[in-house]
Amino acid sequence: MASSVISSSPFVCKSPAKKDLGFSSFRKPSQISIHGCQRKSISRKIVSVMAPQRSSSTSGSVKTGMTMTEKILAKAAEKSQVVPGDNIWVNVDVLMTHDVCGPGAFGIFKREFGDNAKVVWDSEKIVVIPDHYIFTTDKRANRNVDIMREHCREQNIKYFYDITDLGDFRANPDYKGVCHVALAQEGHCRPGEVLLGTDSHTCTAGAFGQFATGIGNTDAGFVLGTGKILLKVPPTMRFILDGEMPSYLQAKDLILQIIGEISVAGATYKTMEFSGTTIESLTMEERMTLCNMVVEAGGKNGVIPPDATTFNYVENRTSVPFQPVYSDANASFVADYRFDVSKLEPVVAKPHSPDNRALARECKDVKIDRVYIGSCTGGKTEDFMAAAKLFHAAGKQVKVPTFLVPATQKVWMDVYALPVPGAGGKTCAQIFEEAGCDTPTSPSCGACLGGPADTYARLNEPQVCVSTTNRNFPGRMGHKEGQIYLASPYTAAASALTGHVTDPREFLQ
Amino acid sequence: MAASSLQSLNPTFSQTLASPNTSPSFRSPFLRFNSSFTPKPLSTRSSSSLIARSAAEPQERKTFHGLCYVVGDNIDTDQIIPAEFLTLVPSNPDEYEKLGSYALIGLPASYKDRFVQPGEMKTKYSIIIGGENFGCGSSREHAPVCLGAAGAKAVVAQSYARIFFRNSVATGEVYPLDSEVRVCDECKTGDVATVELREGDSVLINHTTGKEYKLKPIGDAGPVIDAGGIFAYARKAGMIPSAAAA
Repeated sequence: MASSVISSSPFVCKSPAKKDLGFSSFRKPSQISIHGCQRKSISRKIVSVMAPQRSSSTSGSVKTGMTMTEKILAKAAEKSQVVPGDNIWVNVDVLMTHDVCGPGAFGIFKREFGDNAKVVWDSEKIVVIPDHYIFTTDKRANRNVDIMREHCREQNIKYFYDITDLGDFRANPDYKGVCHVALAQEGHCRPGEVLLGTDSHTCTAGAFGQFATGIGNTDAGFVLGTGKILLKVPPTMRFILDGEMPSYLQAKDLILQIIGEISVAGATYKTMEFSGTTIESLTMEERMTLCNMVVEAGGKNGVIPPDATTFNYVENRTSVPFQPVYSDANASFVADYRFDVSKLEPVVAKPHSPDNRALARECKDVKIDRVYIGSCTGGKTEDFMAAAKLFHAAGKQVKVPTFLVPATQKVWMDVYALPVPGAGGKTCAQIFEEAGCDTPTSPSCGACLGGPADTYARLNEPQVCVSTTNRNFPGRMGHKEGQIYLASPYTAAASALTGHVTDPREFLQ
Repeated sequence: MAASSLQSLNPTFSQTLASPNTSPSFRSPFLRFNSSFTPKPLSTRSSSSLIARSAAEPQERKTFHGLCYVVGDNIDTDQIIPAEFLTLVPSNPDEYEKLGSYALIGLPASYKDRFVQPGEMKTKYSIIIGGENFGCGSSREHAPVCLGAAGAKAVVAQSYARIFFRNSVATGEVYPLDSEVRVCDECKTGDVATVELREGDSVLINHTTGKEYKLKPIGDAGPVIDAGGIFAYARKAGMIPSAAAA
């Protein structure tokens, strides 16, 4: 539950001796620059805004201010007003499922609506994305993709990102890869909408200013038949992040910082709303990383107000119209957290919990066995660009096996085609090869969640791994005694170069 | 919503909920109101099923009785059912049983008593006692499903992760209950206990220690659980037709 404890933590302020690494395409500099090097406390005011002022709408009825999430749900429930705690039936805009939960969800749909039920609510609102256990010889895993193919054929589902040739992912033009990244890349994420998925990291899509959360097979079966879901309106915790993003810091550091602050249950049943000048400066992929791990704090959904960055991304990928919404000035928030981002340092989550936060530089004596860069959290194009940038700046070779798992086909292609800024025309793939990393592998969820025994980069021994993934509970990547340090792509790359958990400033400044 | 019998609310309930078009090739094991459902055999200690599992039995009180299995805080879905077993499809009866055999297999070796003995398909523990944030992690429904498939009836935890709680309610696989104190610190695996659900004051009674603990009211999930899951609730509310379309 959100705590009401007010405390402050000091952050050492370093004068930013920034090298221009020519990386402007990935970071829009904030208008605000923070000067001064005092040892400053960050004040975290916990404010519960009570009794919001009422203002009349043009229709004359008195309305209470609503948060973004409340507005999205109210509209989807065809109500003019909702408050946290209301249980409402909500119209769903998009339902996503994958190879692990799809068979079960459709099984339930058939059981409840009839074996011959053909009218799946709206077959164009369903997106089926095989991604979890793809490149494996596990027969059940392979069978699950076949089962989804059958359902999609039967139900005329348009968006089925199929794969049939497991030996060469590139031979499958429809195949995308990791569902949450594919949803964004294929234009299924739009401001103001309600998106549900049979995967906990569906909250990633909140980066687009929509309500997005994970559900189980039974709820999904229900949505398949009705297009609706029963939801309880969550209260919103507001996180205001201001300040210029240091060059060595990434969105992963921000969310690990926050989860470390509020704990793995700090946002249970709540919305996490992120705003502030830092947020405005983040790219869409960085915003996705931030919202991706909302579930690791127990959050119901994460949300970021849409802006020009959002519209630019979305309009380049879909022509479906959308209606952005924003929190009212007099909306009620159940908690308020403020961070001066310019004071933050790279962090990791130590085994075995995403809230087991520590400064990366304080873990420099931790010897590691391998590094994993991939997943919906840390396997997007910009994540690989960042890792490549650090490797290039360092000009050294990795000391431990470094596994690279692009999230989707598009990411894989970017890794091989896009030049890394400031690297004289070299691509990520070239830089990775020169640094001695493993060859980037077929795109999928890979070893983020362990998977079948033959999954690439699975932790099959009790080793120490620095990973750009999202969870590090015991056994998460395979072996129960495996030790997983969650980190940003910069921190992961730096750690690969030293063979120990390493602060990226060792190579970036 | 009063915890009254489904029969008294809607005399045709058991009929309307049975999907007339259920494929004869498999019987859904956890569609509790299917008229062909056979209640699980009673153990030597008297135990009655959750109302959602046996629509034919009108009950004012729900009672679960059996052995406790105690775990700690933040038991995540990877410990409840490791990802490698997610290829099993819960709506398939054989795979449903298999899922049960793997329930809580992901717990570290420090848990000397295993929830399901190696080689067994079912657990001897009826009640799982947990700490904070039980079921955190993934949205995989396999988590509450495997616990129910293994034979657990209820979880009594200090707090839950929301998706796990929601999935427990939606599937009806295990009854998720909130304790008011750290019951996991006061109970031991193997203790004999009873969970009694009543209007207003549900309790957990640990017969081995002799202590009784108040349980929190089920809250908003109550009507959904009492109806027997989200589909039953929606049918009662008129959201979806009672008889599935042919």
